[in-house]
Amino acid sequence: MWKRREEDYSPKSVSPPAPAERAREGIPMQTLPARAAEPEAARGSALIGKSVVIKGQIYSREDMYIDGELEGTLESPEHRVTVGPNGKVRASIKAREVVISGAIQGNIETSDKIDIRKDAKLVGDIRTARIVIEDGAYFKGSIDIQRPEVGRAPSAPKPQPAAATPAQTATATSAPQQQPLTPGAADPKR
Amino acid sequence: MVMDRIKRLLRRDETAPAAANVFPGESHEKPSAAAVWERHSHGLAEFSGALEPRTGLNLLDFGELLQANVTYLTSFGHKLYSVALWRDMAANPSLYSEDSEEQNEARLKLFLNSNLNYPNDHFDGVLLWDALEFLPSLLMKAAVERLHRVMKPGGCMLAVFHAEEKASEVPVYSYRIASADTLQLEIKFLRRPARHFNNRAIEKMFQQFHSVKFFLTRDNLREVIVRR
Repeated sequence: MWKRREEDYSPKSVSPPAPAERAREGIPMQTLPARAAEPEAARGSALIGKSVVIKGQIYSREDMYIDGELEGTLESPEHRVTVGPNGKVRASIKAREVVISGAIQGNIETSDKIDIRKDAKLVGDIRTARIVIEDGAYFKGSIDIQRPEVGRAPSAPKPQPAAATPAQTATATSAPQQQPLTPGAADPKR
Repeated sequence: MVMDRIKRLLRRDETAPAAANVFPGESHEKPSAAAVWERHSHGLAEFSGALEPRTGLNLLDFGELLQANVTYLTSFGHKLYSVALWRDMAANPSLYSEDSEEQNEARLKLFLNSNLNYPNDHFDGVLLWDALEFLPSLLMKAAVERLHRVMKPGGCMLAVFHAEEKASEVPVYSYRIASADTLQLEIKFLRRPARHFNNRAIEKMFQQFHSVKFFLTRDNLREVIVRR
């Protein structure tokens, strides 16, 4: 019991500082300038800040980061649209890629990928080539994966991974003959 | 009786160490390895077999939105519809409570509109998982009736019911499709079921459907294949 307490108070192991932090080692933490809470994904993108409300149509020729509110339509066919954790979008979105951490109500169409993060809330229909989903996301709607038409024999459909994390599709055609598992597992209609 | 309780508590400790009694989405603790396992599923194999020769079907999934399931089901060219039922239950507990004081007609309308508002004969397959077990009887009956309407004739539905009839709480799983006949189960939390179903009750519930087929699994679940 006493030993455990000692362990509880023992210092936790600390990983070595990253190279960028090593340069700052001599500087006390409090003297570092306060960094703006700009999300990494927003850098280099057109940013709609969290206190901004937009109603109407947006056509963008650059990446967009939405942390505010948007109502209407958003089109950015060659670029990425990111809806940040504070973002509230009631709009249909067409883009090359959409990353969702906030809330979207509306249909989404992408030519490349949709990335639904765990805190995302999405109500609407999705058409995309690829989809990445983190556990915990809220989604109500439909998912329609549009695959490129390259060399696909219609007579012998084989499972192709639809998402960036291909998994569990190889055995799709290997289902054995079905047998009830136990004597109690009979087909009552037979 | 006391022993039963102790056993149950011990069993709970083994299987669901951290995430018990928490609604989905509220617990961020990772379950231990004992709370996640993979096994053969006759029900899933039957469901996959019923869909397999065809592509471009409409499927309805009542489970959690999981990458593995989306990847697997859409890999055949199917369109997948997702119902965030568990999240709605957590967000609106009064609607899903057995002794709700809200008007039944209003509850029904809200429930059906938000979860099963689809055209008739729309779905070729439904992955119902264990959703029915936790619905109050009013909503459960309405859901089964509506499912009969929105499924195509010959459509296939996979439902799961807990087989342990005396349990006061049963684990709520996330069902991850590992392959056409293999499921990965993960205990999300424990919950009191609205009621227990035996084979007779399940047959009665789906009496308007064409056929009902049961598979009893070793983890005390009944996998049920229902044909419209």
